Amino acid sequence: MADGQLPPKKERAKKKYPMPEQDPKERIHNFREVPMGQDADTIRKESERCLQCKRSEKRKICVEGCPVGIDIPAFIAKIREGDFDAGIKVIKQYNSLPAVCGRVCPYENQCEGYCIVGKMKDFQPVGIGRMERFLADYERAKGLEKPVLVKPNGKKVAVVGAGPAGLTVASELAKKGYQVKVYEALHAPGGVLIYGIPEFRLPETIVRAEINYIESLGVEFMMDVVVGRSISMQELTKENDAIFIGTGAGLPNWMNIPGENLSGVMSANEFLTRTNLMRSYDFPNSDTPNRVGKRVATIGGGNVAMDCARTALRLGAKESYVVYRRSDAELPARKEEIHHAHEEGVIFKILTAPVKYVSDDKGYVKKMECCQMKLGELDKSGRRKPIVCEGQNFEMDIDQVLVAIGQSPNPILARATPELMFTRWGTVVIDEWQRTSMKGVFAAGDIVTGDATVILAMGGGKTAAQAIDDYLTKNESWPPQEKFKQLLAQGGGTH
Amino acid sequence: MYEIVDRRDLAPGIHLLEVKAPLIAKKAKAGQFIMLMINEKGERIPLTMADWNPSKGTVTVIALEAGKTTMQLGTLKKGDQLRSFVGPLGIETHTHNLGTVVCVGGGIGIALMFPTVRAMKQAGNKVMSIMGAKSKNLLIMEKEIKEFSDEIYPCTDDGSYGHHGFVSDVLKKLLDDKSKKVDVVYAVGPIIMMKVISDLTKPYGVNTIVSLNPIMVDGTGMCGSCRVQVDGKTKFGCVDGPDFDGHKVDFAMLTSRNKRYLEEEKIAVEKFKKATGAN
Repeated sequence: MADGQLPPKKERAKKKYPMPEQDPKERIHNFREVPMGQDADTIRKESERCLQCKRSEKRKICVEGCPVGIDIPAFIAKIREGDFDAGIKVIKQYNSLPAVCGRVCPYENQCEGYCIVGKMKDFQPVGIGRMERFLADYERAKGLEKPVLVKPNGKKVAVVGAGPAGLTVASELAKKGYQVKVYEALHAPGGVLIYGIPEFRLPETIVRAEINYIESLGVEFMMDVVVGRSISMQELTKENDAIFIGTGAGLPNWMNIPGENLSGVMSANEFLTRTNLMRSYDFPNSDTPNRVGKRVATIGGGNVAMDCARTALRLGAKESYVVYRRSDAELPARKEEIHHAHEEGVIFKILTAPVKYVSDDKGYVKKMECCQMKLGELDKSGRRKPIVCEGQNFEMDIDQVLVAIGQSPNPILARATPELMFTRWGTVVIDEWQRTSMKGVFAAGDIVTGDATVILAMGGGKTAAQAIDDYLTKNESWPPQEKFKQLLAQGGGTH
Repeated sequence: MYEIVDRRDLAPGIHLLEVKAPLIAKKAKAGQFIMLMINEKGERIPLTMADWNPSKGTVTVIALEAGKTTMQLGTLKKGDQLRSFVGPLGIETHTHNLGTVVCVGGGIGIALMFPTVRAMKQAGNKVMSIMGAKSKNLLIMEKEIKEFSDEIYPCTDDGSYGHHGFVSDVLKKLLDDKSKKVDVVYAVGPIIMMKVISDLTKPYGVNTIVSLNPIMVDGTGMCGSCRVQVDGKTKFGCVDGPDFDGHKVDFAMLTSRNKRYLEEEKIAVEKFKKATGAN
């Protein structure tokens, strides 16, 4: 087909070309990735489903849905031409973690949610996510190209936290010649990519490769450093021209119901960290143990809940429940995760909320009392509010509970840094340029938004990187404290 | 990687490691802990800092053989490297303007309370130290603790040294002695000892601080493995502690939660013994 020429409409496939996946029966016994990736021919065919829409005032296209603003039609055009090297270069101008985003982004609400093809009757949107994944995997298989390093500009930036936001800021600034040091509390970089998201959704080797790429840009990683404890913000301020805070939302939320501290009731973070970061699935070859029950209840309906329920199956749970207080329609997880969970045999107990955990004689959880819920009026989040159906409580026999009802920001930095203004939710107060109440200090990601997605953190990181560059090159003045007080009064910038 | 610059045994099964960790040595305060990981496959375990030297850039930890990792620490040599060593974690022990303080350490807790004894003394408090062990050879760091204590009371279960009996016996005498006027008791050691001490001081109305040792994974507030119940509320041992009001701690829950991985611990220890030929 000639360049730029679109296939006739009647020939355009209505559905995405199928992604080969591991059989559910097989995959619940291993941690290998579920979608196995597509070949070059299939991806080129998929690319031909794209209309190559141009941005205009009148209509929003895929790019608008991308928090990091990847020029999606441009990279799809390169795929059509069969020039995958050029395709990945387009993506990398905007996104340093394409193999990650090509796997964990909620495309259905973002790029693919805006795709015009998907708006047509009986048509699925163009498979943008899988094309991004293909290009990233193509490049990695070939061996990541060594980036051409720019001349150092002599300015130093400290990045606190090696998660998606921090990695984005680090790579963006390194590409501009900044000397960047990333400080991470854990012993391995990646943040939630490495401790939270399971291997079957995002293999560690892929995260490692993306981080190696960022390292090859000249970024230095300082592991085992807790900012606020091992080193203070004040010290970082002295040693650097600017600081970026991307410490995420790592503190697990609890329901504060009776029995929540029983053995066998644990946070999603603990369960996933033991499994992923600490490799407890390989115990006793790895030293960290993990306990997996026979009947495991995961509380919550987001991606983290799906990760827990599916991990539990892989670790030997006979029955794995997702217990969610609203209905199927409100499940906040990505459609793909919900679908995969169903396929694997996860049992969804919707309109159900635990009220109490009951222990055996050894302090281990053995059952939970739940209440039946129904949906009422729309609440502030735009979802129908769950209401308790009085007198309809029931019990479930379970021997493990994984609490996946969200995370809050970690308090360590806040407690150690009184100069930094925080909201009552523990999030950092920022202005429209991700600036904080401390001069020269910027923040983005979950520490600003509360727990959200990888790609939103990366989007915030991109804005912050631009703002840091502007701050250090344009000599802009810092907003007065008054501005942050106002922002705090209004809810803290993003809340 | 973090180099072990010194390594010796204080008593059978009690290992001292001095580790190069300049950032931590500069910031360390009494009562805080570090998390360490021996190698890539290792688990992360919390150890209270027993001492630190900012000019040398080293931190000293003392490990009592309790599971696979602490046994393995005993096999490491000077010059070996640890995969991870992070801290200082936790909130430092409150030491200012307390008055007369009794520090009670049991077993390895004796070593762990040393920085607190020192800080309490340096903050101008009157310090009485009670230290208890099974037997004389396990009664460690007496000289160091003596240096910063106004009074010192060693105890052994078998009577081989000092008072024959429990630390609680000595503490009760001090509490009953009107001339001592104890303002605060600080206890670190086995859970049962901290519970007994807390139960003992309660009727006297003496403020009692205990340093808890729940199971941790990250040690930075991320996982909640270290949940303890204090005054009916859930607290994280790692970021809200490790010090808590002994009169409000649910010790039964702590005991139960600390037994969560006993079976796995056994498996790991067996495997380690087989691999190293130890018995």
